Amino acid sequence: MTEQLDAGAYNFAYLDEQTKRMIRRAILKAIAVPGYQVPFASREMPMPYGWGTGGVQVTAACLVPEDRLKVIDQGADDTTNAVSIRRFFQRTAGVATTEATAEATVIQTRHRIPETPLKAGQILVYQVPIPEPLRFLEPRETETRKMHALEEYGLMHVKLYEDIARHGQIATSYAYPVRVEGRYVMDPSPIPKFDNPKLGNNPAIQLFGAGREQRIYALPPWSRVESLDFDDHPFRPSKAPHRCDLCGAGHSYLDEVITDDAGGRMFVCSDTDFCAGRRARGHRGRLAAEASAPPPHPSPTRGEGGAPSDGLAQGGAALASPPPRGEGLGAGGAGPEGTA
Amino acid sequence: MTLMERMAMTDQPLLRVEGLTKRYGQRIGCAEVSFDLYPGEVLGIVGESGSGKSTLLSCLAGHQRADLGRIVYDGRDVLAMPETERRRLSRTDWAYVHQNPRDGLRMGVSAGGNVGERLMAVGARHYGEIRGKAADWLARVEIAADRIDDRPSAFSGGMQQRLQIARNLVTGPRLVFMDEPTGGLDVSVQARLLDLLRGLVRDLGLSVIIVTHDLAVVRLLAHRLMVMKSGRVVEQGLTDQVLDDPQHAYTQLLVSSVLQV
Repeated sequence: MTEQLDAGAYNFAYLDEQTKRMIRRAILKAIAVPGYQVPFASREMPMPYGWGTGGVQVTAACLVPEDRLKVIDQGADDTTNAVSIRRFFQRTAGVATTEATAEATVIQTRHRIPETPLKAGQILVYQVPIPEPLRFLEPRETETRKMHALEEYGLMHVKLYEDIARHGQIATSYAYPVRVEGRYVMDPSPIPKFDNPKLGNNPAIQLFGAGREQRIYALPPWSRVESLDFDDHPFRPSKAPHRCDLCGAGHSYLDEVITDDAGGRMFVCSDTDFCAGRRARGHRGRLAAEASAPPPHPSPTRGEGGAPSDGLAQGGAALASPPPRGEGLGAGGAGPEGTA
Repeated sequence: MTLMERMAMTDQPLLRVEGLTKRYGQRIGCAEVSFDLYPGEVLGIVGESGSGKSTLLSCLAGHQRADLGRIVYDGRDVLAMPETERRRLSRTDWAYVHQNPRDGLRMGVSAGGNVGERLMAVGARHYGEIRGKAADWLARVEIAADRIDDRPSAFSGGMQQRLQIARNLVTGPRLVFMDEPTGGLDVSVQARLLDLLRGLVRDLGLSVIIVTHDLAVVRLLAHRLMVMKSGRVVEQGLTDQVLDDPQHAYTQLLVSSVLQV
């Protein structure tokens, strides 16, 4: 592998083989016990905690040279976190990258599940800040472990009870706790609860890595995942009651973007690949015309993300991504960074 | 339940303790304590500080593991039980009222949530019903209905203690452990709390083990009394009998030490 790398001093995908082996063992155990948090010897990574050190280690352990990697941050391919992690693996693993969900084999994500349905054979890697769903209710680690072991999950419902008592409804809108295969209660990482229904019955493998907390957990394909709720206050996925102003989609998760200081705002899909794909197929939203009016100019971050993929993945990726790339930039120019 | 069934049941002790011993290294926490507790009975445990009464209570409630002895609850050996079962027991059939309500309450959770926690822990999943029961129990311990969404940190000491009692009794336990439930409260609040406890114990037919150093509390609540000194039981019997005609020298000292107003 090493001859492909420009930074030849690194092992394939940065981590040494013994470390990757250790992480793979943790991943296998996590898949064997869905929802259970497996401790692992998390390594110091060349990025600060909170930037996805857990996800990066899981991705590094999963990558093979034939993989095509996609990295998203809040659904976007072009935000700082996504760009820097993608570049990291381009340099250290030399794998192909893509922005198209359908073409990726490994997708590392922060806080979103892509809108495009995942397929068998794909791996979705989540970056997890705090893996313990009971942490803010019970600060003692010894106690929360015991609660998991003995299936004492009443406390989780106390949190939901407090929500309803205070707000009249379950106000938890992200990191919404789920129960996996009727056994472990799991924190799905801070994805919006809109994405919760996609966790269950998903043909892809879903892996969760928490670097600082040194935990890995997983959902094998087709797992049964239930969002916790009350009989008289059932779980409801929620999103902004609007359509995407660029592609007109009414069923995707939206970001609100402030466009001026006079109350102007627009709603856009948080999944940039999904939005761009729809626009490439001719869908138009309320503000699509004015948004795409300025001539597309090359974006530095987009350019970095896309360019090296020419090396290995000429075919589908190159065909699918360039047209939306320009549009996405023009539209998001108002500031998708601000929403991240 | 008919009266006959009730009487038939009282033949069997609810809790039987045999030779319970707990050591802290070379020191004795409590030694060779044995007693039977029948359904509906209130047992008081008195003694000075360090006499082992709190150690005994925490061993009985399963917070600490006893070194020797047997605890049989309702025909089942508690110490031989798997932990899952013992913890389930302590959520459903048992209750534990701490001396300091802060130890027994979740201070960051509303009063309603505190009372509802045990219900949710045993599988209640209907918000309306949980809230209804919580409101009902708050009324029974004389906490105003409009305080249901306030946190315990906004409550007075007496209210916190009453809330703790409501939180414990909501699942209808049969055996309640109380560790100095009136400690740290002023006398008028103490009197109201005792009144409330006496009513609840009588109405619900609870069996109670109450640890205290306040003889007035056991005089009011307890049917039977156990006096402990240096980890051992030195005298036991009916409350009035022990308090009015103490036999052991230590009990005599204890009774005569009570300040008269």
